[in-house]
Amino acid sequence: MNTISTLKTGLLAAAALGVMAAAPAYAASHSVGACLITKTDTNPFFVKMKEGAEAKAAELGITLKSYAGKIDGDHESQVAAIETCIADGAKGILITASDTSSIVSSVKQARDAGLLVIALDTPLDPIDAADATFATDNFLAGELIGKWAAASLGDEAANAKIGMLDLGVSQPTVGVLRDQGFLTGFGIDIKDAAKWGDEDDARIVGHDVTAGNEEGGRKAMENLLASDPMINVVYTINEPAAAGAYEALKAIGRAGDVLIVSVDGGCPGVANVKDGVIGATSQQYPLLMASLGIEAIAAWAKDGTKPALTEGKDFFDTGVALVTDKPVEGVESISVAEGMDKCWG
Amino acid sequence: MSSTQEFEKAAAASPTAVAEFAVHDKSAIKRIQYALHQTPSAVPLIVLIGSTLVFGALLGEKFFSPFALTLILQQVQIVGILGVAQSLVILTAGIDLSVGAIMVLSSVVMGLFTFRYGLPVPIAVLAGIACGAICGYINGFLVAVMKLPPFIVTLGMWQIVLATNFLYSANETIRAQDIADQAPLLQFFGNKIAIGGAIFTYGVIFMVLLVLVMAYMLKQTAWGRHVYAVGDDPEAAELSGVQVKRTLISVYVLSGLVCAFAGWALIGRIGSVSPTSGQLGNIESITAVVIGGISLFGGRGSIMGMLFGALIVGVFSLGLRLMGADAQWTYLLIGVLIIAAVTVDQWIRRVSV
Repeated sequence: MNTISTLKTGLLAAAALGVMAAAPAYAASHSVGACLITKTDTNPFFVKMKEGAEAKAAELGITLKSYAGKIDGDHESQVAAIETCIADGAKGILITASDTSSIVSSVKQARDAGLLVIALDTPLDPIDAADATFATDNFLAGELIGKWAAASLGDEAANAKIGMLDLGVSQPTVGVLRDQGFLTGFGIDIKDAAKWGDEDDARIVGHDVTAGNEEGGRKAMENLLASDPMINVVYTINEPAAAGAYEALKAIGRAGDVLIVSVDGGCPGVANVKDGVIGATSQQYPLLMASLGIEAIAAWAKDGTKPALTEGKDFFDTGVALVTDKPVEGVESISVAEGMDKCWG
Repeated sequence: MSSTQEFEKAAAASPTAVAEFAVHDKSAIKRIQYALHQTPSAVPLIVLIGSTLVFGALLGEKFFSPFALTLILQQVQIVGILGVAQSLVILTAGIDLSVGAIMVLSSVVMGLFTFRYGLPVPIAVLAGIACGAICGYINGFLVAVMKLPPFIVTLGMWQIVLATNFLYSANETIRAQDIADQAPLLQFFGNKIAIGGAIFTYGVIFMVLLVLVMAYMLKQTAWGRHVYAVGDDPEAAELSGVQVKRTLISVYVLSGLVCAFAGWALIGRIGSVSPTSGQLGNIESITAVVIGGISLFGGRGSIMGMLFGALIVGVFSLGLRLMGADAQWTYLLIGVLIIAAVTVDQWIRRVSV
């Protein structure tokens, strides 16, 4: 009995010593930890975001751990990831929230624990629930393609027949901002800026939803064409939806005479601009969002500085550029070659 | 010994009619119920014709044109093909939650074998088809041999196949233009025949032929009757000499094979190879099957009914969109249709009571 308990005590003491000895070493090699939490780890947009974050973290000597939801909309995995980061003693979190309002309480918990939380790509609701938001100005992205479409049509813009291919029936903010931005850029009164579908301009043939993929894009385009086969301007939420819409137009022999515009700037999308499938697309920069986010966490860990916001906006604008080979007067754009250099996915 | 013994003579006086269920109650409702019990595809056909006429009356030329009506066929072709796969499994009292995932993975295999490895297109297509059949075989093996519930097996396979699809493809899309240039065979089912305003893609023709062939096989071949028998009562089927395991495995392999063809047709329809497409294929095919009057409890219903079910959803979707209704109304009405269809199915089942 006695021998055993002595042995136990000895072992415990040894274990305790071991932990104490290991602790400083652990702290030294992991001085700054950061977390990246994305909606999914399969969407090329988030894959690129992760690449940007990893590269910058390696450069600054930050330990980065990445988490993602199983599917878009998987809120619970994201909450678990935040809790893990707090427990892990990370200095900051970069998050692309699936549920922008429900995540707020978890984000508050992290901030209360002394972590810097930066929303990437998708603003939280309310936007100041995070320390900062690094994102594309989606309204501006839409506005650019709207202005470009109107200028390309010239006088014909007054008689345009516009088909709107949106994201989903629940009207997620990113889809609403791009849609309303496009209409504003085109010169159409958008009524309530917080929702699409309430406009009464006769030039709008209709709205339909695509889920942001090819299949949805094709079906939605077919539905709108059944309403009015003479649609000549098509707004699409992203480039996969645009590719689907193009197939529907090709099927009725109108591929050549319809102007399609889009947003995202993924590599297949920019290649479609080159081929004339898409007239122009607004390119966003996920890699930049992530690397700037890591820099902000490094600064916060060093001396507690919080990132500054873009002047006149409630977020840090990571920029957007119009990609087209048919530039128009009054709308700044970059060439397809340049867009190809900066594309992702 | 030399004279023939006439044992059959004794039976000469007995009735020669085949045994049948007598319909005692001759009330109109009962007779309709009985008729519907005999032809399970009648209810969806009536609803299909009815809804087409209603939308035709409301929208006129816009809806009732050869163009719009064949457009509905094009819009339901993928669900229709997947529905065949789903029907087979549901007829055996199972359910296949992995159909959409198997379809997408097969299309991705076809695309990547062509573009990533540079294999000849016919070989890539065969590889995609083999991929679907293998997925189906795994499902069938787990259900028939390991005796696991189909819901669980296919729930797991759905996730496994979808994850494989994303990992393998890195979720990268192969663009329609590249496929058209270098591997037009992948878009084979997108080719079309135009007759006047009507447009039939090869995918639509394939769907209709597939349904006809399957309907024939299920009704007229021994294998088909075995499928119904296994779905109705596997133990009774086993006792009467049906090889239940083999029948079940054959059903799941065939289901996977049909899913792979759906994947090929999907490339024709959307032009590109896109790993994110078709993820709701399982739910949409189950919807078509249920509205089409195939019983979720197995052994009852016809594959024709499934096609009508898919078309009903197509008619409602396009009709409502043309009327300018919010897309939510479509979901609402489809929900109502599903519940109504099961209610009717239950009522018809009580015919003998």
